Amino acid sequence: MIDILFYVFAATVLISAFVMVISPNAVNGAMAMIVSFVGTAALFVLLEAYFLAILQVLVYAGAVMVLFLFIIMLLDVNQGEPSYLKDKMTLGASIIGFGLVVVLVCSAFLGGNHLPEPNLLPVVENPTGEGVGIPFTTSIKSFGYSLFTKYMLPFQVAGFLLLAAMIGVIVVSKKEEEHS
Amino acid sequence: MTIGLNAFLLVAGLLFAIGLLGVILRKNTLVIYMSLELMLNAVNLALVAFSRYNGTMDGNLFVFFIITVAAAEVAVGLAIIVALFRRRQSVMVDQLNALSR
Repeated sequence: MIDILFYVFAATVLISAFVMVISPNAVNGAMAMIVSFVGTAALFVLLEAYFLAILQVLVYAGAVMVLFLFIIMLLDVNQGEPSYLKDKMTLGASIIGFGLVVVLVCSAFLGGNHLPEPNLLPVVENPTGEGVGIPFTTSIKSFGYSLFTKYMLPFQVAGFLLLAAMIGVIVVSKKEEEHS
Repeated sequence: MTIGLNAFLLVAGLLFAIGLLGVILRKNTLVIYMSLELMLNAVNLALVAFSRYNGTMDGNLFVFFIITVAAAEVAVGLAIIVALFRRRQSVMVDQLNALSR
């Protein structure tokens, strides 16, 4: 049953991502992108990363894509967009490059000599914090525990990065003053 | 669940390839930017799969930080695109050829 869900969601993610890439209208593309992000959140649920699935829906499918749609509609860039299909050289080159990457990925993860296939480890319900690493859990408690112990410095740097991004956006989007 | 690690990695790799196709093929800067987000998303999927099958939490924490950085990156990048549009009235990459003229 769960296997069928995996195939369904994987197909949803890949097809909607492809629709986003080839759709000539940017708004339609953004809608397909939202479907792709929600499908990825479903794959996260299948991998028992529930917190990240919620974050994916809230941050990516919610905030980021709303920002994208807002900018697409604000700029109204669809008028007079030259069709990317007319440029035969770019079209052929990108399809060949795409094919090469697909062949690389398929030969790496399909067939006889792929990566070793580990079994699913049992999910620890309530980690005690002993041992080398933090075991895989479904509880959000281990996120907080990791953020304030092992990943304290990256956590602070991420906070500083958000501050820098906020100031940068204000500076970049400010209207230039008239120099008289 | 009998789905193995390689199936998830295959999906992540194909998603990355589709994002790469979008970056190379499209002319619209906003669509190129969305394709970049798709590639980041593919890496997130691979990291979560590795984390689940390795039995440690570190991959999930990495994804947490990647989502933070991607959100900041989208805000800054879209502000730059809006500033570009104000100056040049276009976001198509084939019309931004000031250096070649």
